Amino acid sequence: MAEIAALLEQQIPALRRYAYALLRDHERADDLVQDTLERALSRWALRRPDGDLRAWLFAIQRNLYISRWRQNRRRGAPVAMDEDALPGSPARQETTLEVHDVLAALDQLPEEQKSLLLLVGVEDFSYDEAARILGMPIGTVMSRLSRARQRLRSIVETGRTTLLRRVK
Amino acid sequence: MTGKDAAIREEELQAYVDGRVTGERLVEIEAHLAQHPDVRERVALERRQREALRGQLEGKFAEPIPPRLWIANIRGARRRRWGWRLGAAAAALLLFAGGVGTGWMAAHRIDTAAAHATPATTTVAENASAAYRVFVAEIAHPVEVDARHEAHLLQWLSRRLGKPLVAPDLAPFGYRLMGGRLLPSGNGAAAQLMYDDPTGKRLTVYVRAAEGSETAFRFQHEGETSTFAWIDQGFGFAVTGALSRDELLPIAEAVYHGLGGGQAGAKKD
Repeated sequence: MAEIAALLEQQIPALRRYAYALLRDHERADDLVQDTLERALSRWALRRPDGDLRAWLFAIQRNLYISRWRQNRRRGAPVAMDEDALPGSPARQETTLEVHDVLAALDQLPEEQKSLLLLVGVEDFSYDEAARILGMPIGTVMSRLSRARQRLRSIVETGRTTLLRRVK
Repeated sequence: MTGKDAAIREEELQAYVDGRVTGERLVEIEAHLAQHPDVRERVALERRQREALRGQLEGKFAEPIPPRLWIANIRGARRRRWGWRLGAAAAALLLFAGGVGTGWMAAHRIDTAAAHATPATTTVAENASAAYRVFVAEIAHPVEVDARHEAHLLQWLSRRLGKPLVAPDLAPFGYRLMGGRLLPSGNGAAAQLMYDDPTGKRLTVYVRAAEGSETAFRFQHEGETSTFAWIDQGFGFAVTGALSRDELLPIAEAVYHGLGGGQAGAKKD
C-alpha cells in the first residue's frame, strides 16, 4: 500500500504539469489529476505489471481529459498572446515572444497535436510511448509531430506580425 | 560526406529537435543544416519553442503536491465512498433515456400487486430505494457532480450507462436538479439524479441496465419512502421520494414522459 502511494506520488508533478498545460487552470488541472489518481487506484490490479507506470497514468489522464473534461474547458486562455508580450524590451522582443507564447499558442492546436508536443517535448516520452498513450499508429508519430511543430511555428509567426504592428 | 545528407528525412529532423539523434548521424545532420540555412533556421526555431515550452511549465512541475492529491487522502475519500456504496448494495440513480419506447404507453398501467412484478422491476426498485436512503441523508456530498455541471454530468453518466440520458424537468413539481452520481449495479453502472425542493425535500431518479419486459409501473413503499419503478427497452428506471403514492405518481409519470420524448411536456429552459 505504502509502496503504491510512493510510486504514484512520484508521478504527480508531471501529471499536474500535463493537466495544467491542457486546461490552463490550476484548480481544474488538479481536479483532473485527482480523477486520474482515483482511477489509477481503482484499477491498480488491472494494470499490466510489466507495463510502464508513467505511460499508464498519462494514458488514463489523457483519456479522462478527452472524455470528461475537454468540453468543459473554460473558454479562452487567460492571457492573449499579443498583449502579454508588450512589456518586453524591444531588444528582446523576438525572444520574449517565442519564449512567452508557446504555452498560449499551444491552445490553438488540436488536442492531439498539443498532447503529442507535451508528451514528447516536455515529458520526454519516447515516440513509441507517446503513440501508445495517444492511441495513434506508431508509424504516424513523426509526421504528426512535424505537422504540430509546423503549426506552432506559424501561430507564433502570426503572433509576431500582430505584435510588431501594435508596437509600431 | 557520402551524399547521405541529401537523404535526411523530416522525421530525423524532428528527432534532432528533440535531441534524440546521436553519433555519426548527428554529425551528418549538422553538416546538412550547415549547408541549408533555411532548414537550419526552422529547426532552430522549433528547438527554441520546445525549450520555451519546457521552461514555461517548469514552475508547475516544481510546485509542492497539494494535500488533496496526496494518495493517502484520495484513498481515505475512496474508502468512505465505498463504505456508502457497499451499504447501499446498489444505488439508485435517475436518469432518463431519450427516446424510450412509445410502445410502452399502450401497456402502461399501474400495478401495485407484488405478485405481478417481475424480479427485474423489484430489483430496480430495491436498488433505487437503497441508494435513495444512503445518499438523500448525505449532507456533505449528496451528489458526486452537481447541477452546475449538468452537461458534463449527463454526458458522463450517459457514457457509463451506454444510453443517452437527459435530466427530466421536475420544476412543475417544485423540484430542482441538484446533481447526480454514478453507482455500482450488478455487473454494470447505475446513475442517480437527485432533486430537491425549496424546503430541502429530496427525491431521486435512478437508471440502470435491466433485463425483462415488464412494462407496468411498480409501486413499492418502505418506511416513509415510496418508489415507482419500471423497465423499458433494456433499462430499469425508478423514482423515489419521501412522498405518498399519490404525490409521487404524477412525478413518476412526468419522468416517464420526459423519456418518451415528443408528446410529453416540452421542457422549458
